[in-house]
Amino acid sequence: MLSLGSGGGKAAKPSFISYVTPEEIKIKDGEISRKQKQPDLQPGEVIFCSAYPVLKCEGPQRGVYGTLCCTNFKISFISEESLSEETAPPLSNKLLGENDIALSCVDQIYGVRDEKKKLIIGGQVKNKYPPKLLIYCKDFRVFQFCLSYAKEEEAKKIFQGIVHHSLEPKSLKCAFAFSYCEEVLSPEVSKKIPATVMFESKDNWKLELNRTRSSCKVAHVNENYVVSERLPQYFAVPFAVSDEDIRKFKGQGVPLWCWSHSNGSALFKMSALPNVQDDGTSQVYQMFVDRMTNAVCQNQMYPVKTQDFSSGFLPLADLQQSYNKFKQFFLIDNTAEFWLSDVKWFSSIENTGWLEKIQECLNKATEIVLSLEEENSCVLMIEDCSDLCCLFSSLVQVMLDPYYRTTPGFQSLIQKEWVVGGHSFLDRCNHLYQKEKESQSPLFLLFLECVWQLLQQHAPAFQFSETYLTVVSDSVHIPLFSTFLFNSQHQRDTATKLEYPDSQRHSLMIPSVWDWSLQFDWKVQALFTNPLYVEKPKQDKALRKPYRPKHQRQFSLPNSSSKPSPRKSFFKEETDNLKKMLSGMRIGKWINATEMQLSATRQFYESWQRKPLDYHGLILPCLDGPAIKIWLQRYLRWIPEAQIFGGGSVLTMKKVSDLAAEIEDLKNEMEKMAHNMHAGNTKKLFFSSFHAPTRLSSSFPFASLRTWSTRPVIPTSIVQSLGSVSNLAEKEDEDTEGVEVF
Amino acid sequence: MEKSESSESLGSKLSSSRQASIDSLSSSSTSRSDRSFHLRSNTCKSPELRVLGDSNNWADLEEPQLLPNESLKETVKDVTYICPFMGMIRGTLTVTNYRLFFKRVEKDSAFVLDVPLGVISRIEKAGGALSRGEVSYVLVCKDIRNLKFAHKQDTQGRTSVFETVMKLAFPVSHNLQVFAYEYGQIYPENGWKVYDPSAEYKRMGLPNESWRMTRINEHYELCDTYPVMLLVPANIPDEDLKRVATFRAKNRIPVLSWIHPESQATVVRCSQPMVGANGKRSKDDEKYLQAIMDANAQSHKLFIFDARPSVNAVANKTKGGGFESEDAYQNAELVFLDIHNIHVMRESLRKLKEVVYPNIEESHWLSNLESTHWLEHIKLILAGALRIADKVESGKTSVVIHCSDGWDRTAQLTSLAMLMLDGHYRTVRGFQVLIEKEWLTFGHRFQMRIGHGDKNHSDADRSPVFLQFIDCVWQLTRQFPAAFEFNEFFLITILDHLYSCLFGTFLCNSEQQRIKEGLQKKTVSLWSYINSHLEEFLNPLYVNYSHHVLYPVVSMRHLELWVGYYIRWNPRMRLQEPIHHCYKELLLKRAELKKKVEELQRELISRSASSSSERAASPTRSVTPVQTFV
Repeated sequence: MLSLGSGGGKAAKPSFISYVTPEEIKIKDGEISRKQKQPDLQPGEVIFCSAYPVLKCEGPQRGVYGTLCCTNFKISFISEESLSEETAPPLSNKLLGENDIALSCVDQIYGVRDEKKKLIIGGQVKNKYPPKLLIYCKDFRVFQFCLSYAKEEEAKKIFQGIVHHSLEPKSLKCAFAFSYCEEVLSPEVSKKIPATVMFESKDNWKLELNRTRSSCKVAHVNENYVVSERLPQYFAVPFAVSDEDIRKFKGQGVPLWCWSHSNGSALFKMSALPNVQDDGTSQVYQMFVDRMTNAVCQNQMYPVKTQDFSSGFLPLADLQQSYNKFKQFFLIDNTAEFWLSDVKWFSSIENTGWLEKIQECLNKATEIVLSLEEENSCVLMIEDCSDLCCLFSSLVQVMLDPYYRTTPGFQSLIQKEWVVGGHSFLDRCNHLYQKEKESQSPLFLLFLECVWQLLQQHAPAFQFSETYLTVVSDSVHIPLFSTFLFNSQHQRDTATKLEYPDSQRHSLMIPSVWDWSLQFDWKVQALFTNPLYVEKPKQDKALRKPYRPKHQRQFSLPNSSSKPSPRKSFFKEETDNLKKMLSGMRIGKWINATEMQLSATRQFYESWQRKPLDYHGLILPCLDGPAIKIWLQRYLRWIPEAQIFGGGSVLTMKKVSDLAAEIEDLKNEMEKMAHNMHAGNTKKLFFSSFHAPTRLSSSFPFASLRTWSTRPVIPTSIVQSLGSVSNLAEKEDEDTEGVEVF
Repeated sequence: MEKSESSESLGSKLSSSRQASIDSLSSSSTSRSDRSFHLRSNTCKSPELRVLGDSNNWADLEEPQLLPNESLKETVKDVTYICPFMGMIRGTLTVTNYRLFFKRVEKDSAFVLDVPLGVISRIEKAGGALSRGEVSYVLVCKDIRNLKFAHKQDTQGRTSVFETVMKLAFPVSHNLQVFAYEYGQIYPENGWKVYDPSAEYKRMGLPNESWRMTRINEHYELCDTYPVMLLVPANIPDEDLKRVATFRAKNRIPVLSWIHPESQATVVRCSQPMVGANGKRSKDDEKYLQAIMDANAQSHKLFIFDARPSVNAVANKTKGGGFESEDAYQNAELVFLDIHNIHVMRESLRKLKEVVYPNIEESHWLSNLESTHWLEHIKLILAGALRIADKVESGKTSVVIHCSDGWDRTAQLTSLAMLMLDGHYRTVRGFQVLIEKEWLTFGHRFQMRIGHGDKNHSDADRSPVFLQFIDCVWQLTRQFPAAFEFNEFFLITILDHLYSCLFGTFLCNSEQQRIKEGLQKKTVSLWSYINSHLEEFLNPLYVNYSHHVLYPVVSMRHLELWVGYYIRWNPRMRLQEPIHHCYKELLLKRAELKKKVEELQRELISRSASSSSERAASPTRSVTPVQTFV
């Protein structure tokens, strides 16, 4: 007979939330082996341990039995019930199924015993195991596994295995990519994605310099990393910077070119030279920096502006802390918790500070854009030339250059600024689960968050959809792609070098994330296209009716240059009087508001807003509170309580896509008839080409509709906090007349 | 003559003038004779501030183009409009019997402010001791803005123009009539015909064997705040209705609002029972509610939804009111929905205005928003309506809804539940019917809650109950972008004309009063205007799936402040919503292409009759129509 108990061998009593009584799972011994299934394994993947039967709980009163196993790549649950086509999630991933969790995607694990949740810490697991396991994922899925039906030995093993492999430090070579690439001899990677510029060769940089009409040059002094291991092999520097300059301080203090504006200004980043006490050295440093600065502004009448981020702007630890608080509001494992956190929702979200960080970040990027627009070249500076430099340089380019708002452009930008640019993905994402987590920080996510804000404010300017951004953010936690696995190009090249090179290869070819076909079918990839994207018009100006949504509608604001002075003088004279007279009128705030000194970015935004909007030009974010939103798709997609059945903004996108596809069809048809022959396949793909379920929910294309319920979710625990107005609340309802008549 | 001419031009100019108001006001397509331009000026999302390019007529106009029977009252030069966003603007102020019109002096950068006097809640002199002998006034408006003006004090001691405005803006307080009685525009559509009660009940298959139509209230003798036509359980005779009426506050007996086409579960509305401190009972009322339950064979239960917090319901007992005790009403389950009273809502809106107007503070936006409790109230109302819709649809159970008097929260709940349950109400005309039925004929006291033309701005009877309802509808349209035939502009237009006093629709407190005033004869219906300009108010994404019940997610995660209404005066927050435009353009493009394809087909057919015949069949097949789905 099957042992149903947990540690003590007793039948599971209702612990935490009881879903199924033990009687319901009387399974004969013979059936077990028959039903136990193997997970789909990737090349190089091996199973460490498994347990059966394990109950996966899916909402109250529901669950499925299956096998839980842990491999060197993922934690996998294989359901007894075979998945039918309809219930499979629309956005199916070839590497990871619905019930698979990549080991590095595990965020937190809780053990649940007697309705108490306890955080499991790696390395501190003893012989006992909890009857129920709660796994929170970095992509916001939450899994509940009940171990009390499995054999004690298996349950213990799987618990310890999962904790060991996902919560304990490991070495880089343990990352699944290495095992995978050992097996896959010649992966057809990189070559298949010609549209994305990898920035690993001289030519890539040359082309980019040409594209932006930059006067910088490509430096190859760091070939084979002879100068610096932090720098890529190739990069661009101002023309006046010599190889000797680069060697002098191992690349430190040298402005590395990021992007050139059409007005001649350019964006650079630079590793700051260390602060030294010695006067002589600091003088040398200063002279060097001055010379480098001169090299930057060589052709310019305008001064160079330097943004030094070493001085504690957006500290990395703060970011991590704030994101940790924020994400907790979306890792929800039961309905009661959902409604409880709904009560003080807005202030809770505000207290995490995450949205504020996004706002600060966009504000800083706007500042940098402003100086570039004013023809001041900009140098972003931080020790190590990474982190915030990557963040702001890439964000600025998204705002300024429409090319980076196309899918290949965006991927090239991430290559240029983050991957080749030397962002320490390994440390910042803590892929190896190092105990000292100080280096962990969600910088890349912050970048994606900022891009998402721009996308939701200016949708037609982007070729990719929010689904694409969400998928990029998820892919960071799949330890198969070289893109997000290393701290630098040098580290990558060293780690992938084979100890015993054979005739076929000298190093492992770890695939790039941009080869989306590794993860998704081409049909699924159609969901990455933004149907609202307005392509750059080519010749047919007659056909194109310019859509000027807002800036034409703008009112006549006087020129910003002439505006502030008269206003200020007026208020200087009359504020006191106005204040006096308004004091009793509850509109005192008004005066303060007008008095308020508008920040430079605010004014910049306002003057930009007044101009006709060009989706192929500069775009700026609105930074006012109501304009900064929560990336609902990313954060709410797995929460059943938050799913709007038959609704959500995805519905709009779907409709626009359908129409766009229809137009595409018509165009093809016309081609065909015009040439009286068969035209090639449709170029564009939208989600209509994709088999969508007849009814969508707001979680499309992520969560499957298995949780479809015909009943609405009725809020519970609606606690009102109307203390301050209680006197009003007690006041007689509605009618103030004739209440005493009765 | 004048009227017929302009009304004609409305019909023909429709599409071009829409372009003008929404896309770019610099467009020259608006002709002088286009009367609708004025209407849009106060309905347009950005009426206060806008660019009027060189080609636009307005740039040359010193005065507003007048509506029929609108007359100039006063024009004052050298007035300063102190704009919270743009600073001081000098211009000319014109006052008519309908509006206040301000225009900047400088020709090159035109600025126009066009405000119906009806939106003004109060006018306050901002002090007389200003330097340079200027006086300034603040016009506090009902539509979440304040307008501040300053002008030189007349040395001759004549009264300020704002004294005139004060008189014109509050005609009721001066024994005058609001402008709606003078406005004589003729529209091709007659909005007063939109709602025909018997046709609407007939649509629901009523009367039937369980529900009958009674004429007991023909002369408003049973209940003066109810309409003439009422639907009651078939087996309750009129005599009993009178006795039930004595047990219900303001005689508002339970009557049918909506019936489920399949399950026959009904939505019934009424006022609180007059239980009082001693727990009075009424056999007639108990029998009556039993009859409501019996009319639905599918369920042996009845849900009574009391919109109030239970504390307030209990407190009402001391004043003669109260709630149904489950002892007295067998098979009935009483649920309190915890929606607060009109005073709490008024206070909440006041706080909201403080937070959003004129400027949004740079930090703490979310906690500031939370402190207004506005969205919390919206959530509770939507949650209540959702519970009602769920009971009716999923539980197949009839529901009775009341608050205290049954004309504020009850109207919110019944109309929102009906909107979730019945796709008909999600069309433009259906929504108009819904407002006419659940709000206007069932006696939501618009005059009292809005205070049309009344200077008594601190009246405790004023409350944004209807605004909350429209806000809830907007939240629904956000969650179900393709389920509603109308767009956001439609909702904003309704709210703007809730205050404008241009149309008769929202005047008076009850059907009886409206008949007495002869509103249908003397004023124009808002629906006349809207239905004559339908194109502007349609949602291009609309898919008619009337059989689907909408269950919104009433979590704060999905509720949002309606920026397009509450923060629309702030130019920085004027974010684009390009999707509808984009979609419309695509629709046009499709039509264009379809035409071209058809032309080419014809050409091909004529060129070679034999081979092209098979090919001609394929294009039409490959062009699949837009899939309809939810």
